[in-house]
Amino acid sequence: MALKASALSVGQEFSDVVVDNLSRTQIVMYAGASGDYNPVHTDNEFVTKVAGYPGVFAHGMLSMGLTGRLLTDTVGDGRLTKYGVRFVKQVWPGDTLTAKATVAAIREDNGEHLVDLDVVTTNQNGDAVITGSATARIDP
Amino acid sequence: MAVDRFPVEPSHIMMFARAVADTNPIYSDPEYAAGTEVGHLIAPPTFVQASAQFDEAYFLRPKPGTPWFGSAKSASGLMDLPAAEKKESSGGGGNAAGLLHAEQHFEYHRHPAPGDVLTAKSFAGKSWEKEGKKGGKLMFSEAVTEYRDQNGELVVTATGVSVITSRPAEG
Repeated sequence: MALKASALSVGQEFSDVVVDNLSRTQIVMYAGASGDYNPVHTDNEFVTKVAGYPGVFAHGMLSMGLTGRLLTDTVGDGRLTKYGVRFVKQVWPGDTLTAKATVAAIREDNGEHLVDLDVVTTNQNGDAVITGSATARIDP
Repeated sequence: MAVDRFPVEPSHIMMFARAVADTNPIYSDPEYAAGTEVGHLIAPPTFVQASAQFDEAYFLRPKPGTPWFGSAKSASGLMDLPAAEKKESSGGGGNAAGLLHAEQHFEYHRHPAPGDVLTAKSFAGKSWEKEGKKGGKLMFSEAVTEYRDQNGELVVTATGVSVITSRPAEG
């Protein structure tokens, strides 16, 4: 279901928990599906003893993918025209992530109605793990 | 990155959607998808990242006959190698921990769907330097990847930014 420009206002927020108590298995699933087998994400032995981190951590692209669900649930299937993020903080097993999209602008470009969204995903401590923006085609 | 053939397949889309915890049936149920505005299955917004599966040179995938830097007998597979071989193979994994993904941007000209056979070609974008918060230089570099379909039409433009920290390469 697509958004309607007439029913949107700047500052309006959409938010949802996109992962609750992130499991190591979910990270393994992402490695398998994406093909990014960097052992820092799945190999505790390597990541602690060789890479020097306290443990495995999620792919940044997993947080971006989880957050993408809020966006497509909000704007409708096939409606995104842009989606970009900065990875600002690592995500660890056990984290609970909440994604929030805030309407930044409602505009028209070449007769097409568009919404710009500011995107931020925070962990259970309220720290942003990714920040970014998205644009989607909407109905008048 | 260069990928000659990235076939977009329903099972791969389903697995990818599961991996990002998205149960939207437009990623798995053709009958449901037929009744939507889109009218068919599509891929989730970050799916083209999985083109790594089809990149022959991708260094973050173990390959038969090539030493893998993840743990096996020892914490790093590279530690099991004789010194000479270790040196030769240190280019890939050894640097992985010092190379981080800083940003990712996608522009959708349309959304990939099963039946598409995409190609991917990357071009170097901007590069810049910044002082890190904890000291040391951070070197950022952009790579722009164009995903085109079987007709040569642009489907997704992806811009990735990586950062290399100046701390010594691990491993």
